[in-house]
Amino acid sequence: MTEQRTAEQRTAEQRTAGQRTAGQRTAGQRTAEQRTAEQRTAEQGSVSEAPSSTSRRLSLRVPPGLLVAGVAVVAVLLAPLAFLLLEASGVGAGAVAHLIWQPLTASLLWNTLRLVVVVTALCAAIGTLAAWCVERTDLPGRRAWAVLVVVPFAIPDFVVSFGWASLSTWVQGFRGAVLVMTLAVYPLVYLPVAAALRSADPALEEASRSLGVGRVRTFLRITLGQVRGAVLGGCVLVALALLAEYGAFEILGYHTFTTEIFTAFQVSFDVQTASALSLVLVVLGAVALALDAAVRGKGRTARTGPLAQREATRHRLGRARVPVLAAFAALVGLALGVPVGSSVYWVFEGGVHAIAGVSLLDAGWHTALYSGSAALLDTIAAVPVALLSLRHSNRATRLLERSSYVVLAIPGVVVAFALVYFSEHYASGFAYQSTPLLVLAYAIGSFPLALVAVRASLAHASVSFEEIGRSLGQRRLAVLARVTLPLVAPGLAAALALVFLATVTELTATLILIPTGVQTLATQFWAYQKNLSYGQAAPFALVIIGIAAVPSYLVSRYFDRLPSRATGRRQ
Amino acid sequence: MGRVDAQATFRGSGGPLPSRPRQSRPARCGHRGPIRAGVLVAVAAALGVALGACGSASSPGSRQSITLYSGQHQQTTDALVAGFEKETGITVNVRSGTEDTLADQIVAEGARSPADVIYAENSPALEHLQSKGLLAKVDAGTLAKTPRNYDSPAGDWVGVSARVSVLVYNPALISRRELPTSVLQLANPRYKGKLAFAAAETDFQPIVTAVDRAYGRTATLSWLEGIKANVAGFTHTYTTDETITNDVNRGEVAFGVINQYYWYRLRAEIGRSNVHSRIAYFAPHDPGYVIDVSGAAVLESSAHKAAAQRFLAYMVSKSGQDVIAASRSFSFEYPIDSGVTTKAPELPFDRLRPCHITVGELGDGRSAVALLTEAGLL
Repeated sequence: MTEQRTAEQRTAEQRTAGQRTAGQRTAGQRTAEQRTAEQRTAEQGSVSEAPSSTSRRLSLRVPPGLLVAGVAVVAVLLAPLAFLLLEASGVGAGAVAHLIWQPLTASLLWNTLRLVVVVTALCAAIGTLAAWCVERTDLPGRRAWAVLVVVPFAIPDFVVSFGWASLSTWVQGFRGAVLVMTLAVYPLVYLPVAAALRSADPALEEASRSLGVGRVRTFLRITLGQVRGAVLGGCVLVALALLAEYGAFEILGYHTFTTEIFTAFQVSFDVQTASALSLVLVVLGAVALALDAAVRGKGRTARTGPLAQREATRHRLGRARVPVLAAFAALVGLALGVPVGSSVYWVFEGGVHAIAGVSLLDAGWHTALYSGSAALLDTIAAVPVALLSLRHSNRATRLLERSSYVVLAIPGVVVAFALVYFSEHYASGFAYQSTPLLVLAYAIGSFPLALVAVRASLAHASVSFEEIGRSLGQRRLAVLARVTLPLVAPGLAAALALVFLATVTELTATLILIPTGVQTLATQFWAYQKNLSYGQAAPFALVIIGIAAVPSYLVSRYFDRLPSRATGRRQ
Repeated sequence: MGRVDAQATFRGSGGPLPSRPRQSRPARCGHRGPIRAGVLVAVAAALGVALGACGSASSPGSRQSITLYSGQHQQTTDALVAGFEKETGITVNVRSGTEDTLADQIVAEGARSPADVIYAENSPALEHLQSKGLLAKVDAGTLAKTPRNYDSPAGDWVGVSARVSVLVYNPALISRRELPTSVLQLANPRYKGKLAFAAAETDFQPIVTAVDRAYGRTATLSWLEGIKANVAGFTHTYTTDETITNDVNRGEVAFGVINQYYWYRLRAEIGRSNVHSRIAYFAPHDPGYVIDVSGAAVLESSAHKAAAQRFLAYMVSKSGQDVIAASRSFSFEYPIDSGVTTKAPELPFDRLRPCHITVGELGDGRSAVALLTEAGLL
């Protein structure tokens, strides 16, 4: 383990050193370095700092093609928001206020907020402590635990929910939602924190200890401070995931804004009520993102420098070893064992039921087709937006990038209805209920995930290579294809995997846009689950887990290697 | 912050590390290459096939086909479609969903809706589409097959099957004598913590409409508030009749309001020996004793009206009604044709004593939704 890590570090260090040297070969090493540093500052959202002349000059040189591509991508992304505003303006502000100001809204708001607060706090605690134990202590079997605690990432929330709720009626309502969602999404905190801990500079901790500060206080004041950005980034993802979740809460009988939006579509023939509620959700999502940006702007960098990466001394667990091991076993058992075990149990004990449905193979193929296509589309679309926001950073391009995150808070069903609306009104129903429109809906809903991955990778890739390419007379597109894209290839792979993972379980948009007669794994699972045909639902759950395992492994490897500077930013 | 980073960078670049820029990168790519390339190739192949597939999907052959939007249970729809395809040779493409979502979708699709036929679990969804002028007249011969009071008042849709709202109860938790006989008693505080109902189920709305018609808006509202108080202590909210039936059966809650076929469906799924619950009817002509009609309609926008009308004709024909009555369709509804009888439900259709609300009075369910919303249940 140690040997491998050291080798990896060495590679990383060589890489960084290589970039430096390459910079030296061009005439303006200092300028290139400064520019990178300035861009980094700009990325971190400290708007108060005036943009330097260098970055202004850069932003003036935005290639028109890139700008058009970026604006086009974001325009498509904002279509659902435009749809919501169109619906709202159709009924008038007073009527929208009336639709929102219903007796149920207060309880939905309470349900949504208390769940977000409790689950986010639990995930932060579990994710951070687990990451610290794996990365910084002499926990026996660290390598195995490092994989096992991340695997739940591959299990869809509604499968976790199904696994628990089908076994025990205790798992329902608020307590059920807290339990299920904590177990389903804590890896969103664990992954970035583990990456940040690995690359954090241990010198600060050592200095603190040598100055006589105790272990606990050092942990609280130094270690937590170093990974703060990663913890917060993970928490925002957890909060957004909770806002958008539908399937898990439907199974648990827990009502949030998202489940109610779907109910509004189901019972009242009333797209307007659903749209009004969705606007509330968009506001909540924007608040989460704004909080993130505000806190992050004040944050400290996670380490003193890119070369200060070395193995930290591992803390001895001592007498705590057994309880910690038991805690890890419990976590993995609850998050991984119960959903998988429960699905396997139902395969054998579920009995035979009357719904025919489609075959696993057919549903699996369509799931892979839709999710794979959406992943490809998103990854391609994320490149221009990431390039604009990092390589040509100014307020406009950063706003362009930020605004794309809003779609995370818009439920899939709203994205679907928006596409139906625009397709019917402006394209004569073009592509309606066809694969391309469904793929587009998937791509819109999951675009921020691709952007996060591509952006993190691009932020780490030195701009000087691109400048060398340009100075050698290469055209912009050639530089993009031959320099930039190979540099960010791991980020592209992570983007593909993340979007694939997120869309494999998509349910609400799929039900509306899927071609007639076709089922995905998720829709077929849902149809069986709704009919309480657990025996037939379970194989679909297991195939979903299987199909999600590969990309989630890729994603976790990606976070393993990505230095904290990149991960700490958005994810 | 940026300054600190930059200084650190400078300090770092002066370090004693070897400078071999071109060697470290290929090594890294080589390590990741196979996985990445594999993913890319797979995805590219998937996309290629996807585009190819949509190009060819438009010509499924010379066989005639219609598209059915079905809000009915999948098993029932599948059994009817299989019978129809066998009898006529016309292919039916089925799109299953929740009836109201499908109705929303047809409204959004407008004149370009791909649907030829809509098959709904309840009449309000059909009345809603009718009020928007989206339904075509049903052939007179088809309407003549069924009792008039279970068809669209305007002749725009035809009733196919019917069922009735009942109570499901667990005798271990509540005795039959303790059960309410009138739907109004559901608001009685003595049932606090014992009653389960799903406000979001389309099957519950007709009861609200019936109570509204019998007792007026104000009384209905306070009744709903009483019901809400009775379920207030629950840890979770029921969203479907399936989960209510299941939870009553396994003793999680004492009794609930459902449509009777859910109880028969559960019995068929889990076997008679696992059934620990029973069903009970409200008092004759009580507003809670509502007949819900499941029906079908041809869309005005349909380009295959003749074939679509044949599907409707098949649904109410002897063979179609036999499918509803047969256990393989998992329907457990009453065939609308009085000539066809069922073994389950056991109580014959003509011995039901429902309240006297008509499908016209049930309307599109909007007033019920408004009442449920005002009471804070939706």
